[in-house]
Amino acid sequence: MNAVPTAWYLVLAAAIFCLGMIGVMIRRNALVVFMSVELMLNAANLTFLAFARERGDQAGHLSAFFIIAVAAAEASVGLAIIISLFRARGTVNIEEVHSMKH
Amino acid sequence: MTEKVLFFVFAFATLMAAGGVIFLRNAISSAMSLVACFFFLAGVYVLLWAHTIAALQVLVYAGAIMVLFLFVIMLLNMTSEGPVLKLSPSRVGGIVGVALLFGGLVSAFRQLPTRSLEWMNDQERVASFGTIRSLGAEMYTQWLFPFETVSLLLLVAILGAVVVAKARV
Repeated sequence: MNAVPTAWYLVLAAAIFCLGMIGVMIRRNALVVFMSVELMLNAANLTFLAFARERGDQAGHLSAFFIIAVAAAEASVGLAIIISLFRARGTVNIEEVHSMKH
Repeated sequence: MTEKVLFFVFAFATLMAAGGVIFLRNAISSAMSLVACFFFLAGVYVLLWAHTIAALQVLVYAGAIMVLFLFVIMLLNMTSEGPVLKLSPSRVGGIVGVALLFGGLVSAFRQLPTRSLEWMNDQERVASFGTIRSLGAEMYTQWLFPFETVSLLLLVAILGAVVVAKARV
């Protein structure tokens, strides 16, 4: 077999995860931070799928499916929080938001 | 050979788009870059024999979730360019930490034994691997309880989003 080794996919996933992590650390716009978290979730998905192919086991596909569903739930609640944050403070810059109390 | 070429094309495009998400200054550009990233990642998923998940990735992630993001960006009127990134010492430290983490992960993955994917010699298994039919059969038998739990979680998330985001009466 002349297939792409699993390790390459894992390195790609690690690179996406690290880019997402850099985004979480250097960006100040709460929405972009949120998008970076989505990137990290996708890196986790890619890892699951890579090992699913390596083992010929579909459990990894189902885990990826559930991650997508949980990410959808997380996005809806997180964006709602960002909207109410914007209503309360007029900004989504995370450096200007210091306390949870209004 | 084709597989390797396609892998590199998709991997490069995915990384470029992911870099765009975190380095573009405009929030809308970041969001569009993220859509592109999800599309290319779906290509990588197809290379991994996960056609169903690739379709879901495009439908749910690049479709539904990103529309939600764009709605919020438009709603909050964040169409202007953000400030130029300044590199404070804590940021530089963070980036160095992430680079170290990446190095550690890569060196860990190099230790992985390269297996020859023996299961792929079984034609029947390859034909059914990752298809909607076999995923569905597994999901509604072995994974029924997590499936129902996720549906409950989505319901709670919908209600939570409405409660959190509604204007004060």
